[in-house]
Amino acid sequence: MSYINKPRFHHPQLPTNEIGLTRRDYEGTLTTLCGGCGHDSISAAIIQAAADMSLEPHRVAKVSGIGCSSKIPSYFLSKSHGFNSVHGRMPSVATGANLANKDLYYIGISGDGDSASIGLGQFCHIVRRRINMLYMVANNGTYGLTKGQLSATADLGSKTKTGEESLYDNIDLATLAIELGASFVARSFSGDKQQLVPLIQAGLSHKGFAFIDVVSPCVTFNNTDFSTHGYKNTWENHIALSAVDFVPMRQEITTSYEAGAEKEITLHDGSVIHLHKTGNNYQPYDKENALHHINAYKKEGRIATGLLYIDPSMSDLHEVLDTVDKPFNTLSNHELCPGNEVLMGINETFR
Amino acid sequence: MKKMRKGKADSKIAALPKINDFVVKFANINGSGSASANNMFAKAIFRMGIPVSPHNIFPSNIQGLPTWYEVRINEQGYLGRREGVDLMVAMNEQTIARDIDSVLSGGYVLYDSSKALADELRRDDIHYLPIPLKDICLREFDKPSQRQLFKNIVYVGALSAFLNIDFKVLTSLVSDQFRGKEKLILPNIHALELGYQFAKENFECPLKLQLKPSDKTENKILIDGNTAVGLGCVYGGATIASWYPLTPSTSVVDAYGKYSKRLRIDPGTGKKKFSIVQAEDELAAIGIAIGAGWNGARAFTASSGPGVSLMQEFLGLAYFSEVPVVLFNIQRVGPSTGMPTRTQQGDLLSCAYASHGDTKQILLFPATPKECFEFAADAFDLSDRLQTPVIVMSDLELGMNEQICDSLSWDDKREYDRGKVLSAEQLDSIEKFGRYQDSDGDGIPYRTYPGAHPNKGAYFTRGSSHDANAAYTEDGDVYAEVMDRIALKFRTALDFLPTPEIAQKSGNALGLVYLGTTQSAIQEVLDSLTKKGIGMDTLRIKAFPFHDCIKEFIAQHELVYVIDQNRDAQLKSLLKIECNVNEDKMHSILSYNGVLVTAQHIEQAILDSMPKLGKSIKVQA
Repeated sequence: MSYINKPRFHHPQLPTNEIGLTRRDYEGTLTTLCGGCGHDSISAAIIQAAADMSLEPHRVAKVSGIGCSSKIPSYFLSKSHGFNSVHGRMPSVATGANLANKDLYYIGISGDGDSASIGLGQFCHIVRRRINMLYMVANNGTYGLTKGQLSATADLGSKTKTGEESLYDNIDLATLAIELGASFVARSFSGDKQQLVPLIQAGLSHKGFAFIDVVSPCVTFNNTDFSTHGYKNTWENHIALSAVDFVPMRQEITTSYEAGAEKEITLHDGSVIHLHKTGNNYQPYDKENALHHINAYKKEGRIATGLLYIDPSMSDLHEVLDTVDKPFNTLSNHELCPGNEVLMGINETFR
Repeated sequence: MKKMRKGKADSKIAALPKINDFVVKFANINGSGSASANNMFAKAIFRMGIPVSPHNIFPSNIQGLPTWYEVRINEQGYLGRREGVDLMVAMNEQTIARDIDSVLSGGYVLYDSSKALADELRRDDIHYLPIPLKDICLREFDKPSQRQLFKNIVYVGALSAFLNIDFKVLTSLVSDQFRGKEKLILPNIHALELGYQFAKENFECPLKLQLKPSDKTENKILIDGNTAVGLGCVYGGATIASWYPLTPSTSVVDAYGKYSKRLRIDPGTGKKKFSIVQAEDELAAIGIAIGAGWNGARAFTASSGPGVSLMQEFLGLAYFSEVPVVLFNIQRVGPSTGMPTRTQQGDLLSCAYASHGDTKQILLFPATPKECFEFAADAFDLSDRLQTPVIVMSDLELGMNEQICDSLSWDDKREYDRGKVLSAEQLDSIEKFGRYQDSDGDGIPYRTYPGAHPNKGAYFTRGSSHDANAAYTEDGDVYAEVMDRIALKFRTALDFLPTPEIAQKSGNALGLVYLGTTQSAIQEVLDSLTKKGIGMDTLRIKAFPFHDCIKEFIAQHELVYVIDQNRDAQLKSLLKIECNVNEDKMHSILSYNGVLVTAQHIEQAILDSMPKLGKSIKVQA
């Protein structure tokens, strides 16, 4: 949503990826978010993730709702179509878009107001519907565009810049997603690119509903020492339950990965996630265990991050509905219309 | 509103038999299995070649409340409702007093005489047809469910003797209905015979109400509007139906699913070329359809007043960001929950300008099931061509009642009009793509589907203000340019929308303007007025925004009657706003008691208005 066009020149020796594109080919327009906003780091992480895994930008569709978070799709992948819809309703738009064309990558960007308040119902139901997409929430515990009201993800007792204290328990979208059957659930921190980038790549490659809750501080309204969504608290208290490396499908898996990698997870498209031990022997395959760990850390005031839960074998909505392989939006007149002769037969049943 | 006239006021002792011109009404308890028996009765008459129009008047309830099925039989083809009942099948003790009261003088009441009829229910100007339905069924059937259900079949058998229904037609209907469940055919035919025999042995048959085979239903079908809509969506190429259950729209998606399962299965793989998503609410239902429309698939949702209210914000988004989507509004009685199982044309204003800000929506007004089929398929072409929502405004009367109409047909040469969509090759041949540029001067811009081209054609769809290249803007002049271009697009829309049906004779000073299901009464009104020496031109509106000829029609007449099936004269208001028609040029005829407007009501309103018109208006044809 920028007024200023981004300069298009770049260094002639900018490295290219496997499909001959440079990092610049994955950028968006110039950001209009506040300087230091966590959300800009999310854009940067998506750009790096997409470039490194050599995604074709035009095969990605970006969808969002309303709010600071929902501006993010403007700031990455300007060669992709984007749809900034209505507040809290991105999940339904994403569902329809995905039904129309199963062959694109879908990135949904939402915020805590968008997904945990006005759109909580839609959030729950898109998880149930198993849409094959990456759904990211830029979670800052506050309403930025309306100047700093607390949101439903703000922790009890967390304070905003004006000193307003959250009087209610928070809604944790990650645990909710696990309970509702999401097959890929992660949490990360916008300030930890090393963790966030491979999670984005894995989420994009995962078939089914992939959810990443990204703590993304609001520097203007909710970055005090007493805010649980501020930089200080998140730096000090986020703890990775598991570390992830991502090997895209295109790369031959001959790379000997770092020592300490204890588990490989092969995703639907042939990509591989390498899970590393982080000292706590966490296994992200068990819902109960995931919920237990997240809640136990929360009691200590800590934020569990990393890949929290994964089930790489789960089906997506198209499999559930048993749709044809060809995307609906490419089916022709001939393939869809039964014709007059059939209609004559139908007429007979109404006589 | 004027109270509807009760049957007794029209008292006419039927000295001569009424042939192919009477009303039979069934008063039942819902959940008692009467619906299929009553349908069989109506369909038998249809198969005898006689025009028939059944109307369900049913409760918002699953079991136990009163429900009526009113069947008008009319050789001349007057298929609207008519007040007053010639034969009442009174099967509901809760309503029997009221039901008997509505029978015309000289008419008949068929009732279950297993229990004696209370003295206060006796009228001396009508005939009683006592049949011990319960006793017969107890004697003849063992299963408790059959003892209950077959009471309905037995009275249909009796009606066959009373009215001269061809018994062979009834048995063929039973065979058709239970194809695949042959075990059920014989007991049903037995039940029909029991009723037939009892009537023959105990009463003089036929009654003064008689059916005579005719040829008026050749090449016609008997179908409800929602089934026709569902079928139209299959033929129109819809691949995605997203919806939330809501009476009276539910059967639209049921029909789409039923026909898709037959007609949209890929022969090679057995996989589906359609999808149905039952959403969490109507907001999501339309959001899904909009997401699909944006991505180039044809999608629709079906709902009614409460659901359409929830869709308002999304309708504004689709209007402003110019995304195709089709919505079927099967209108019911509002405001709020209103009367969920009764009919109304109450959403005209709220749909014409649905959503906040300067918005306008394309509306289509089908009047028959055949038009439901055609407008459903057309709606997808229109929505793609105009890149905006199209709302098909049906109602409960049309949606949930079977009606006679011409057979459905499809032109096999027809290709879907997908509108202005640029392919990768077309994108290569143009210098610069601008999503909201008016390249053709008709207000309709070009669009691209996501994923179409590696470097060209990507754009950002948004409900916030944007310029011709889809970039965000807060420049008021740029905003106004886009709004003006969309207004131009809506003028272009008139070239594509169905034009009004006009019947005009020179010299007529009076006109009648109406839309949708009101049509069922019009011919009857005109014929009756002609007999009284009153000539009247008619115009049936099929779409909104209005074509210029509507304004011209009103201008050409001294006075135009505008018929609205709502309290607030919503059609008249729309004409005032859109056609700048002077208030005193239009006279409202209103009907909003939840049932289809009758010819008698319309005619009476016209006659009542005559003395007030003054001598300046010549009513003579």
